[in-house]
Amino acid sequence: MSLTQYSDPEAPTTSIFAKDDLAQAHEDATAPPQYKAAKHWSEYAGPISLFGVFVGFWYFMSYWGLKHLFGKPSFLLTPPHIVIHDSFMMWINTKPLLEALWLSTRVALVGLIIAIVLGVLLAILMSQANWIEKSVWPYLVAIQAIPILAFVPLIGNIYGFNFRSRVIVCVIIALFPIVANTLFGLLSAERGQHDLFTLRGASRWTRLRKLQLPAAMPAIFAGFRIAAGLSVIGAVVGDTFFRQGSPGIGILIDQYRSRLNNPVMYGAVILAALLGITFFIIFGWIGKRVIGSWHETTRKTS
Amino acid sequence: MTAVAGSHSIGDIPGIAALKFDNVSMTYPDGTFALDSTNFEVHPGEFVTIVGPSGCGKSTLQRIASGLSKPSTGTVTVDHDSLGYVFQDATLLQWRTVRKNIELLAELNGVPKAERQAKARETIDLVGLNGFESKYPKQLSGGMKMRASLARSLVLDPKLFLFDEPFGALDEITRERLNDELLSLFQRSGFASLFITHSIQEAVFLSTRVLVMSARPGKIVGDFAIPFEYPRSPELRFDPAFAELCGDVSHALRGAHS
Repeated sequence: MSLTQYSDPEAPTTSIFAKDDLAQAHEDATAPPQYKAAKHWSEYAGPISLFGVFVGFWYFMSYWGLKHLFGKPSFLLTPPHIVIHDSFMMWINTKPLLEALWLSTRVALVGLIIAIVLGVLLAILMSQANWIEKSVWPYLVAIQAIPILAFVPLIGNIYGFNFRSRVIVCVIIALFPIVANTLFGLLSAERGQHDLFTLRGASRWTRLRKLQLPAAMPAIFAGFRIAAGLSVIGAVVGDTFFRQGSPGIGILIDQYRSRLNNPVMYGAVILAALLGITFFIIFGWIGKRVIGSWHETTRKTS
Repeated sequence: MTAVAGSHSIGDIPGIAALKFDNVSMTYPDGTFALDSTNFEVHPGEFVTIVGPSGCGKSTLQRIASGLSKPSTGTVTVDHDSLGYVFQDATLLQWRTVRKNIELLAELNGVPKAERQAKARETIDLVGLNGFESKYPKQLSGGMKMRASLARSLVLDPKLFLFDEPFGALDEITRERLNDELLSLFQRSGFASLFITHSIQEAVFLSTRVLVMSARPGKIVGDFAIPFEYPRSPELRFDPAFAELCGDVSHALRGAHS
């Protein structure tokens, strides 16, 4: 029995600490309160003025810089308002752009989702044993290091030139940062936290689910964000290489380039950029929802 | 003064010591000789503290006691299912609220949800974390984290608590308050304790018995019964008898390291 001479059966079930102790204890919690202030104007000022600088620089280069600084003809860089007008205000151009955007979005999204599932599973597998990690790494580094162009003929010959092949290109490009970040995250739980699980005889599965995966979340989402941008690149690059099948953004860029239709080509580039930014923002937002409440960053944000 | 230390009426019966080290030695694979044939027992109702300098093998001893490390030779007798532990760091899980952190060990033990939630609520009251249940560790001060760490094990109703320099990183004021509170818990809950520290004052204030450890390889070279009655008032720290005992322990420590 755990009964000893010290236990007092009459002991009240409330706190054993005096009231002022408790009050003091509350003051002890010196961590700053989480301010949720309205956004200050300066939070918008930065992005807006940088955007202004960017547009100004574009105008400067297309009307003066390209010709006088580089000795190239001005038409190579269409000024922004003509790009906007030709690409997004003339339906004859906007329609194929939007169709291509829709195709590329699907390619990038499907590729990204496959890369996420595959990458996280692979990282979990690699985290389980040192020898698995050591065996798998070289191949991951290889697919990262070999230019995607080298795979294209192989993929094209096996899967043809449409949706499936483009998705595969996306997966290959997006996989590495997901595996690398997830693995790093899974191995980042503190030793003392592992000790706790060891002491309670936790199974591998419990340890993974309740310790390693949650601890890995910040790293995992950092990986997702990088991969999200890469999957858009994959989608664009993929169809630029294949040059066949229904046009995605990449094929359109290539076609407009060869027809010297620069205004719409830049329109397609803008769409590709917006797609990448959207993916990045979405994953940033999801990440913040998942880990924002507990993850400690050194930057103070609202 | 009543000699509480000597009065472990239950512990004197052989075989039911909460923890028993029998000739335990530890040599690490790299050749570090950390612990040399150590013998001691912790009986129910006892608060045993080991003092020693940094690097003397105290933490090794604690890891062996908890079962995290296996000794090279000798035997350790302890019931692993009735252990509580507080490490040097609070080792809270950052993604769990205080409440969920306090439930963790019970959860790992498979205690049903309703039961562990009720137990956690009770324990939160006990350690003075009311109002902090929904906070995350990053929102807590060092002292509050340690309270949560303590509560996490209290939920298990441990028969033996292992403390590995739990308050070492805290400021003096917080440390003394947590010492006072720990003693209240000790009296109330009746767990036996094995406490590791390098603070002689802390050791003497808390314990029924203080063991002094030599430099590496660690060996127990002094054994002091601390006769002060519980409950111990914070004022005890200014008692001449207390100072004298601290002096004796300090002397033994220096003797072991000269």
